[in-house]
Amino acid sequence: MTDQPQTDEDLPVIARFEVRRRAYLAPDSTVLGSLPRFAADTNLLIALYRAMVLARTFDLKAVSLQRTGRLGTYAVALGQEGVAIGVASAMLADDVLLPSYRDNAAFLWRGMKMEELLLFWGGDERGNLSSGPAHDFPCCIPVGSQAPHAVGVAYAFKLRRQPRVAVCLFGDGATSKGDVWEAMNFAGVWRLPVVFVANNNQWAISVPLGLQTASATLAQKAIAAGFSGEQVDGNDVIAVRAAAEKAIAAARGGEGPSFIEAVTYRLGDHTTADDAARYRAPEEVQAHWKEEPIARLRTYLVSQKAWGKSEEEQLAAECQERVEAGVARYLAMGTRAPETMFDHLYAELPNAYRGQRDEIKRAFHA
Amino acid sequence: MPEMTLVEAINVALARAMGEDSNVVLLGEDIGVNGGVFRATVGLQQRFGRERVIDTPLAETLIGGLCVGMAAQGLRPVGEIQFMGFLYPCIDQLVNHASRLRHRTQGRLSCPMVLRTPHGAGIHAPEHHSESAEAMLAHIPGLRVVMPSSPERAYGLLLASIRDPDPVVFLEPTRIYRAVKGQVEDNGEALPLDVAFVLREGRDVTLISWGAMVKETLAAAEELAAGNLDAEVIDLATLKPYDEETILASVSKTGRCVIVHEAARTGGFGAEIAALIAERALLSLLAPPLRVTGYDTIIPLPRLEQHYMPSIGRIVAAARKVCQFN
Repeated sequence: MTDQPQTDEDLPVIARFEVRRRAYLAPDSTVLGSLPRFAADTNLLIALYRAMVLARTFDLKAVSLQRTGRLGTYAVALGQEGVAIGVASAMLADDVLLPSYRDNAAFLWRGMKMEELLLFWGGDERGNLSSGPAHDFPCCIPVGSQAPHAVGVAYAFKLRRQPRVAVCLFGDGATSKGDVWEAMNFAGVWRLPVVFVANNNQWAISVPLGLQTASATLAQKAIAAGFSGEQVDGNDVIAVRAAAEKAIAAARGGEGPSFIEAVTYRLGDHTTADDAARYRAPEEVQAHWKEEPIARLRTYLVSQKAWGKSEEEQLAAECQERVEAGVARYLAMGTRAPETMFDHLYAELPNAYRGQRDEIKRAFHA
Repeated sequence: MPEMTLVEAINVALARAMGEDSNVVLLGEDIGVNGGVFRATVGLQQRFGRERVIDTPLAETLIGGLCVGMAAQGLRPVGEIQFMGFLYPCIDQLVNHASRLRHRTQGRLSCPMVLRTPHGAGIHAPEHHSESAEAMLAHIPGLRVVMPSSPERAYGLLLASIRDPDPVVFLEPTRIYRAVKGQVEDNGEALPLDVAFVLREGRDVTLISWGAMVKETLAAAEELAAGNLDAEVIDLATLKPYDEETILASVSKTGRCVIVHEAARTGGFGAEIAALIAERALLSLLAPPLRVTGYDTIIPLPRLEQHYMPSIGRIVAAARKVCQFN
């Protein structure tokens, strides 16, 4: 016992933490530091660029379909294409994607057809049959509730000693949910092969990040779960891809989970059912248009003499054509007979419900 | 055949399922070294290892969601929720995911999981440990809800639930975990799901129950027999989807029916059965169906819980009332 009174400042520090931020292209596309190795592959960068443009073309078309009564409520990802594409492009087909409802670009990258996405948002479960990897999860609408599934999937990989990774995408709002915390906590305990990616687009419908959390970063939430979190410039697809590559490789190599906070901005409304003008100033949105991921990569590619006006025009025409073709296939798909609402309810429909199915069938075909 | 308690039968069934299929994994709070607070999983971690008998963090939403993710990958997870009162955080996972994964992906993914939890009151437990929320679960399309009432049925129905390709909530009657014993042969034979069991045949009145209340219902039937009333006793066993035909056949025969459950009356599963009988067996009825249930109040703490639970006397009185109806 010392009789010297101790101040709090004299108490030993038992832990310190750091959160790093990854960015390679500044908003004006100037290069910050040295680029990751894959960025030397111009064809890969062009592929990322093309995928982002295709996703945006698709999104804008989906909105116009909704406005003209040919699609249901739709969640656009305007300005956040770099997150879904950066992450999806770092995954293998064998990995499992567990996305939110704003990650259609990742689905497209992984082989889901446009008509399938449109079919789902147009109100038909068959859209989720998906031509993408059969083990991918459909998009999750109850916010953050797919995070526990991701750790279940990752647990199965670990138990079976499979070199596969579960990749879970969600928004900033999801990080307020217990589901996400419970999943991250478990991933930390078992060092599971899972990567959590928060698309921090600053807004959860009308609630800004400052009302969502007092955390300086979302990335630091991983530290409490016992693994590292990194913040990346989500408008820099090179940075997102680099962070995802590193995290996925670590997970595959048995080094456990990671968390990536990709900072972006939601340039569009929450969904087609939302009017963001009710709660945020147009000047704020306008300012963020200077940071968006597509122009940023295009300016860089142009500066590298890898892209030009003719390529841009050709890509725009090609994307329009592909989207129009997808839309045409979607619109040509008929509605199913109503009794199909009982299809796949169970592996085999129990006797107790066959009468109800027959009732619908009789009423419809009468 | 060895005699065992209901909780021992569950333990034996879990061990059998794990031995048969390496995809079966158990997960829950305190289920490993501790063997579960009711000892349902005792010895299983020693036998099958820490990776297949997983002590989870204290997080019920996680347990539900882990099961969904594992099941989508082809594992056969059996989650344990320590008491039914702690199942509620899992409802989101059951309603929004487990029950509809197959449907929303049109069969591309499925969810062969079991969520086990002790059900019901009568063990002098603290607050929130005595829930009987089966009707809420039975309202969820795509789910199976199963509740055994004897060691034999616990064994056979749990094996069936684990082997079933769809999600099952398996409700274990806490009050009779050790209060009933039965002959159980560990032969790996499952009992059928979606089927009610006629435990006693009778011609005067049909008594329908499930879970722990089957014990009082059978005792009531004995008492009625002493008074020359011949009661048929049905253990519903699977609440979703339930066996309408066995109920209708019995009520058509007896013309009289009493439904017994521990859960609160309004919107309880007895209401569903009474509605079925009204819709499809009205003209066979000789008396209005009666319900003997818990009351429409919060399940009281232990000092009053016995007054809440349907007693043998209440069941007998209701059965006599429907038999005397003119």
